[in-house]
Amino acid sequence: MLEDYIRKTLREKDILLMAHIVVGYPSIEDSFELVRTIVEAGVDLLELQIPFSEPIADGPVILQANQAALADAIRVDDCFTFAQKVTSAFSIPFLFMTYYNILFKRGEERFFAETREVGIRGTIVPDLPPEEGESYMAAAAANNIDPVFILAPTSSPERINHLARFGRGFFYCVARKGVTGSGTNFSSEMTEFLDQCRRATQLPLALGFGVGSKEDVQFLRGKVEIAVVGSQALRILNAQGIQAVGDFFRGLR
Amino acid sequence: MAKMGYYGRFGGAFIPEILSATLEQLQTAFEEARKDPHFWSTYQSLMSTYSCRPTPLTYAGNLSRHLGGPQIYLKREDLNHTGAHKLNNVIGQGLIVDRMGKSRVIAETGAGQHGVATATMAAKFGYSCTIYMGEVDVARQRPNVFWMEQLGARVVPVKDGARILKDAINEALRDWSANMDTTHYVLGTACGPHPFPEMVSYFQTIVGLEVRDQVVKQAGRSPSRVYACVGGGSNALGIFNGFIDNSEVELVGVEAGGEGLESNKHATRLASGRGSVGVAQGYKTYFLQDDDGQMLETHSVAAGLDYIGVSPILSAYHEEGRIRFEAATDAEVLEATRLIMKKEGIIPALESAHALAGAFRETGEMSRDDVVIVNLSGRGDKDIFTIADALGDTAWKSFIMTKAEEYRA
Repeated sequence: MLEDYIRKTLREKDILLMAHIVVGYPSIEDSFELVRTIVEAGVDLLELQIPFSEPIADGPVILQANQAALADAIRVDDCFTFAQKVTSAFSIPFLFMTYYNILFKRGEERFFAETREVGIRGTIVPDLPPEEGESYMAAAAANNIDPVFILAPTSSPERINHLARFGRGFFYCVARKGVTGSGTNFSSEMTEFLDQCRRATQLPLALGFGVGSKEDVQFLRGKVEIAVVGSQALRILNAQGIQAVGDFFRGLR
Repeated sequence: MAKMGYYGRFGGAFIPEILSATLEQLQTAFEEARKDPHFWSTYQSLMSTYSCRPTPLTYAGNLSRHLGGPQIYLKREDLNHTGAHKLNNVIGQGLIVDRMGKSRVIAETGAGQHGVATATMAAKFGYSCTIYMGEVDVARQRPNVFWMEQLGARVVPVKDGARILKDAINEALRDWSANMDTTHYVLGTACGPHPFPEMVSYFQTIVGLEVRDQVVKQAGRSPSRVYACVGGGSNALGIFNGFIDNSEVELVGVEAGGEGLESNKHATRLASGRGSVGVAQGYKTYFLQDDDGQMLETHSVAAGLDYIGVSPILSAYHEEGRIRFEAATDAEVLEATRLIMKKEGIIPALESAHALAGAFRETGEMSRDDVVIVNLSGRGDKDIFTIADALGDTAWKSFIMTKAEEYRA
């Protein structure tokens, strides 16, 4: 399970890094090279985003990568094939990140059975609150996949306590309002939110949205177990290419 | 916490956690307003002084005689302020915004009607206003963009996705995710996450409540059938809600058949059997999507019907068989538009002309004793460019060319 891996890895590192790629962007071949580069840079977990046409939680950078992958005719089948390939080649845990319609349309039971088959360990579905996720959680549990849920600073302490009952693996804490890819103010307000999350769950915490520099990661040391870096790496990929993404991740800790 | 806002197996609230508290706040504000005995009368009085509610029910005598079937009545939402039923929803939400103490409104718009209505409401209530509109729609609906800006709104062209209505909704949701403390998202139709379908349907029901009495007073009986066009479904729910409990009244929703189902250029989610159940933009309903769940491109001559999803409330009625769904093609719609202009002196919105086309097609099935109501959801002068193009009016073309020459000079 993801939690065991995270605890074990934390004996060697004081904070883990989770990276994110959009499968099929800039191409399926480049996606593989990107994964290789990111893994070799020492990243500890990797989200593989299955592209979706209506990614409402994503800002422009990831949104455009979703569109480009779809324009390139990337299918969900291709994402499973790709996942199989990277989980065979690299030993870090991979998660699928996507929107609920992708699972719903494929059938949740089939989706999770195939997810297990290709060696994916967890799922992040930002438009699926646990209220709507009963069959999702059941299918995940049946296949030993960790459904990661999201905690947000706008949620009340009661709501955070409620959500804490459902997650497996770790919780993904959203740093601020808004979508992926804008700047985040790493402040005492965020510390309070993270304290609230900590009180609500024993599971490890990841923090994402706007994490993009060594300073950000430094701020998060001791506050969360995992720093999630998505849009900033994609910006670097777009501007400077795959190798620069490796240098970027190596420079974060 | 329980699942909320379900109609049969449709609806729900599939939203990022960041918006959870905001939707709960909206739900509470809406529930409180609905329970407040003064709220509906405040709303009605505003609609009767700022707009012209109740809108008339017009007997279309010439048309009825021409078609030789039932007596056709038109519910005149085209005479509502800003020219369509859209204002009913927007003014209602404006009052809710006031109760929540927010100062900014955002909205999506396709054709621009909902954008113009929202900008109008924002001006009236003193809210700042941002309208998201697909870049493609901005290009083809410049007159509405002009009016929104004149009314004080900022119009943001959405350059991502297919750059149409669905993309404008996504972008409005993204704005809302960041600015919910000050901002309310005025969703324009009975779609999206709970409580929007219910709330929009509630405000639009003013149409149905009026017409239910009007038809008895004027025609002496309840209608045999009621027709409405269906994009997201707000005008249809508005008028159908007046008759939903009367099983004698057949309710017919008419979707955009575009260039025909075979062309794949249409927006027929229910009538075609080509829609399938999915989850996007915060709710579960029938969508036009591929096997992977990626949304397809849609087409209609009427921009307001050019949408991938449909109200979850209508999907539920569709499955229950309470509402029948049909489609009208672009060509049928233009023919219906031409006919009603000539016979009744009324210029319908191309959206509303779908309902007319659906009704005209079925008049042969009914007798002269039958009464039919068509919801004329909006007026058509906004469509002057599209209609003139479709009719191939050469004088109009030369006028535009002359005008362009003047600007160039």
